[in-house]
Amino acid sequence: MSEEVIDTIKEQIRENPILLYMKGSPNAPQCGFSAQTVQCLIACGERFAYVDILSNPEIRAELPGFANWPTFPQLYVQGELVGGCDIVTEMYASGELEPLIKEAATSPE
Amino acid sequence: MSVEQQIVSKLDARFGLDHLDVVNESGNHNVPANSETHFKVVMVAKEFEGKRLIARHRMVHEVLAEELQRPVHALALHTYTDAEWKDRFGDVPMSPPCVGGGSD
Repeated sequence: MSEEVIDTIKEQIRENPILLYMKGSPNAPQCGFSAQTVQCLIACGERFAYVDILSNPEIRAELPGFANWPTFPQLYVQGELVGGCDIVTEMYASGELEPLIKEAATSPE
Repeated sequence: MSVEQQIVSKLDARFGLDHLDVVNESGNHNVPANSETHFKVVMVAKEFEGKRLIARHRMVHEVLAEELQRPVHALALHTYTDAEWKDRFGDVPMSPPCVGGGSD
């Protein structure tokens, strides 16, 4: 496992309170699961950071092992893995996602 | 044994299942015909009681670790307890449509 890449991942997760690892970008997602997750996040009305794993193959290769999570997208809120598309969608539908995102967006760094 | 059968038998062996539905959705994606790359799993199990979704998904990922290495590329997971399942009246979310990206 490349330590440099893991350090980059840790830094990204630490410095971005709402961070989505996805395929493509929020404007041009390259996978239906990423697209649906972006829709849920946009609906929460807060800015979020993203990393396109298709243009960062080293992150794509290392993140599943680091996170112990095999698939993409992966949503991190305040340093913690929330889950993938199914979990984010379910949390959005149940009303749990929005307060979580709002709190992360307004919490002091 | 097909990957689909393998998934069924591994989940069945590991969990006390009240319901299991494994659907090969590869045909909806940008992969060769008859692929076994994209699956949707709906399961109802007592072990999910008192566990958050992320913990439930991790339990399933662990059982299917080998398949998730290869060839399974996408695994839509819908995990319920018996009570949650009854509340839904069997309604399961649809998987999002493919937007055309390749499987790499």
